[in-house]
Amino acid sequence: MFKAGLEIHQQLDTKKLFCSCNSNLSDNVLGEFTRVLRPVQSELGEYDAAALMESMKKRMFIYQITENSCLVEMDEEPPHDVNMEALEIAILVSLMFNCKIVDEVHFMRKIVIDGSNTTGFQRTALIGMDGYINTEFGKLSIKSICLEEEAARKIDEHEGIAIYRLDRLGIPLIEVTTGPELRSPEEVKRAAQIIGYALRSTKKVKRGLGSIRQDLNISTDGERVEVKGVSRLNLIEKIAYYEMERQAMLISLAEEIKKRNPPLEKMDIIDVTDIFRETNSKIIKNGIKKGDKVLGIRVPGFKGLLKSDRYRFGKELAELVRVIGVPGIFHSDELPNYGINEAEVNELKKRLSVGKDDAFIILVADEEKGNKAMKYMIDRIRNAIKGVNPETRGPRDDGTTEYLRPLPGSERMYPETDVPPIRITMEMIEKIRSMLPKSYEEAIIEISKKYGISKQQAEQIIDEEMEDYFSRFYSIYQDGNTVFRILFNIIPEIEKEGLDVSKIDYDVLDQIFIALREGRILKEAVPYLLKIYIEKNSLPFENFKPMELKELEEFLEKIVNENIEKIKSRNLEGALMGIAMEKLYGRADGEMVNSIIRRIVEGRELK
Amino acid sequence: MDFEPGDLVEIKTKKGVFRGIMMPKHAFSGEDIIILKLENGYNIGIKMEDDTEIRVISKRTSRETHREIKRKVDGIGVSVLGTGGTIASYVDYTTGAVKPAISQEELLLAIPEIEDKYNIKSRIIFSILSENMKVEHWKIIAKETFKEFDESKGVIIPHGTDTMAYTASALAFMLQNLPSPVILVGAQRSSDRPSSDAYLNLISSLKLVDTDLGEVVISMHGSTSDTYIHVHRGVRARKMHTSRRDAFRSINDRPIAIIGNDVVFTNTYKKRSGPAVLRTDMDEKVALIYYYPNMDPEIVYDIGSRMHGLIIAGTGLGHVSEDIIPVIKDLKSKGVFVGITSQCLYGAVNLNVYSTGREMILAGAIPLKDMLPEVAYVKLMWVLANHPGEEEERMLENMVGEFSERRVGIEYV
Repeated sequence: MFKAGLEIHQQLDTKKLFCSCNSNLSDNVLGEFTRVLRPVQSELGEYDAAALMESMKKRMFIYQITENSCLVEMDEEPPHDVNMEALEIAILVSLMFNCKIVDEVHFMRKIVIDGSNTTGFQRTALIGMDGYINTEFGKLSIKSICLEEEAARKIDEHEGIAIYRLDRLGIPLIEVTTGPELRSPEEVKRAAQIIGYALRSTKKVKRGLGSIRQDLNISTDGERVEVKGVSRLNLIEKIAYYEMERQAMLISLAEEIKKRNPPLEKMDIIDVTDIFRETNSKIIKNGIKKGDKVLGIRVPGFKGLLKSDRYRFGKELAELVRVIGVPGIFHSDELPNYGINEAEVNELKKRLSVGKDDAFIILVADEEKGNKAMKYMIDRIRNAIKGVNPETRGPRDDGTTEYLRPLPGSERMYPETDVPPIRITMEMIEKIRSMLPKSYEEAIIEISKKYGISKQQAEQIIDEEMEDYFSRFYSIYQDGNTVFRILFNIIPEIEKEGLDVSKIDYDVLDQIFIALREGRILKEAVPYLLKIYIEKNSLPFENFKPMELKELEEFLEKIVNENIEKIKSRNLEGALMGIAMEKLYGRADGEMVNSIIRRIVEGRELK
Repeated sequence: MDFEPGDLVEIKTKKGVFRGIMMPKHAFSGEDIIILKLENGYNIGIKMEDDTEIRVISKRTSRETHREIKRKVDGIGVSVLGTGGTIASYVDYTTGAVKPAISQEELLLAIPEIEDKYNIKSRIIFSILSENMKVEHWKIIAKETFKEFDESKGVIIPHGTDTMAYTASALAFMLQNLPSPVILVGAQRSSDRPSSDAYLNLISSLKLVDTDLGEVVISMHGSTSDTYIHVHRGVRARKMHTSRRDAFRSINDRPIAIIGNDVVFTNTYKKRSGPAVLRTDMDEKVALIYYYPNMDPEIVYDIGSRMHGLIIAGTGLGHVSEDIIPVIKDLKSKGVFVGITSQCLYGAVNLNVYSTGREMILAGAIPLKDMLPEVAYVKLMWVLANHPGEEEERMLENMVGEFSERRVGIEYV
């Protein structure tokens, strides 16, 4: 069963969380420095799996200093007192989501050693918990509201070095974590919209791309997969959908493995470099030239599971080894190919003792890395029988995801001893409660009343964050339905026809709404005018002057006379109406035309 | 009901029910607050009221771990003597407080790699924050270090950074003719942090064991980057920043060495000799005072008259206001040694340039060249105890590189 939860991270529009730097991004790099991070042992004397994997990459981190970063971001000075404005916003958000608010805030260190934090940990505190928000599909539980530091911005990454900029590090973030109760990709998207609206309604959050990011926790058979850092709302639904498919594939793969029951205890890593001395595969040839080794394993009973119509387990394995710096693998379900010929495949099969139901995998890498990669793969292959493996994945632009690292354990959380606990009093909470913005439902009702539009229309205005845009034109022309129709239907329809609607700026719309207000044109003329404007850069209002009633009656009389015999449709009036509107070119009101035509037709029928 | 930190408890308050592991109190926590670690790893504080109910779900389970140190018997002998400080501090995962290492295993937790190459002999002589160091501690460190010379090619002393330069100076005078280097290593970020500087400082310091260096030195980051460390002569080093990794600077001197991948000596240094001479006597009746405008001469007299020696950190070239000069004269006549250093730290004192300086000299003050005030303070204690009656002559004798006769342009950075 599909079950998903969301973690939404929203940047706040305040100073940084633990210093007085402002929180704008900057391209003015003043200097840089280099660091390494080492995994630390947990209280159990064990290293966190995610942290250990990062350190396997043996990376160095270069940090760029900007004017809005100081010694705190450089990890050269202890954090200052927490930014109270940010804390108050977090309390406000907790109240909005009906959370219990803690009596004393304790900041924690969440170990993250991918370099995105100079300290090697992210400071985070739980402010509210056990809340909920109402949605059209029921109550959605809000497990926690946390206040935390934004990570540094990754600028570049190449062989063993990642470059980060400190401007973004330390911006306050609010993390909203929902319960794992979302039952479809649509609900996931909807929940993200509703929570996003609530956060924006505080008017204290940053806007624009990257200022809000969603993590998705998706499970279909119990094990949790986290997709980290989705910044575009449109992608959420797609990602949820693809991940659902991927998990379904892994579950059916596990069933197939159970059925086949292959002996996976023994998978030896064998050096097969010599087979490829004369190979035509460029990748392998170049690797061998560098001194890399070609390593292979037999995967018993896995034929057709690595790549076929139903299974794509090879892709999972390739993503896994890419993380530790091995660019890819070759496997038996796709060979011969990529310059590897049949003779080489046969030789491989012989050397690796590949039977008719078996698969094999090879890779080219330096010996140490290659062996490590193989061991990772062997582990993963053995775990395939468990179905979905818990892991952290990253989104790609097309909505698919890729493997990033194992899911971090809960042992990566330690107290931040440099930040004293902060008491939250009832007085503080009550003061903040008085500033609560309207809820989503309240806002919809308010907007629909204010502009005389339907709730559905109000919802669309809120979801697309268009209230300011809408109210600007409404203030010129007080007919909410018409303003809505032009902004949310007509313009998108014109865009669908392939016209460049970006040319329609505020000024053009202002002129149109003024003309509407002054009665110089009718709303029916607007699509024509907009198209003319896009194509010819002019707004010939004079051509769309509303017809006088008498003229209109004569015009319609003529239309009816010319067409009434030809029409076979049972909906005679409708057909006449269509012809008339097309010929009227926006110069008459639709309802008016409709009633005149009806009168004429009824008159005829009476005769 | 009885409950204690470590227990899994359920707390019922007006706000609702909270469940988690009870944590010990934080020093700055409210009196009425109980700290819980929730299942998701977060700690939160909950206010206790009269009607609050606490129920223990299960008692604490101890989960101690032991980590054995492997000794590579045929490796190079290195002694590690723990004294406390950030470098040997860890978060106590139950309490969340930073606590000092209590075992030799913990001491070396930051650098498990060294077990492969060196035959490490480590022990903790005491564990204190360096602001609590006293003369008696310097003596203990000197004696314990002296014991290690037989077996070890180098002695590494993890130490708090606040007073590390004082300890280094004390050791430099107490332990002479060194058969192996004595290396004080500190950290500005504790070893339980992924970004700790302890690792680079320690692992680089070990490389000195393979050289012919025979001095007391301080090894710390050379820049904010994790790329190289500076090896400072103990008597020339000073903590110049409250928090940066590269807090230590060699003053009026260049660092002895830079260690990146390899040791590169950047200054002259004393080679290993031996046998070591141990002289730990100290006359603790020495004070160090910092002159400031409007300083009450009586304060100088009150302090100075209770001492056998007084070091003044004067302004600029070494000056004090003219109303203090008679006090210097008084003290001198009582047999109190008055040595002059400068608050500028960089550059030498010179009391010949201005009339105030000349008056100070006439009153009996002894200008101490470009010696750091703290070094002069430690040296005077040692000189008074080990060379009584020769204070002036010995204070102006360059014993372990504590001052220089010439200063070159590139040293002031």
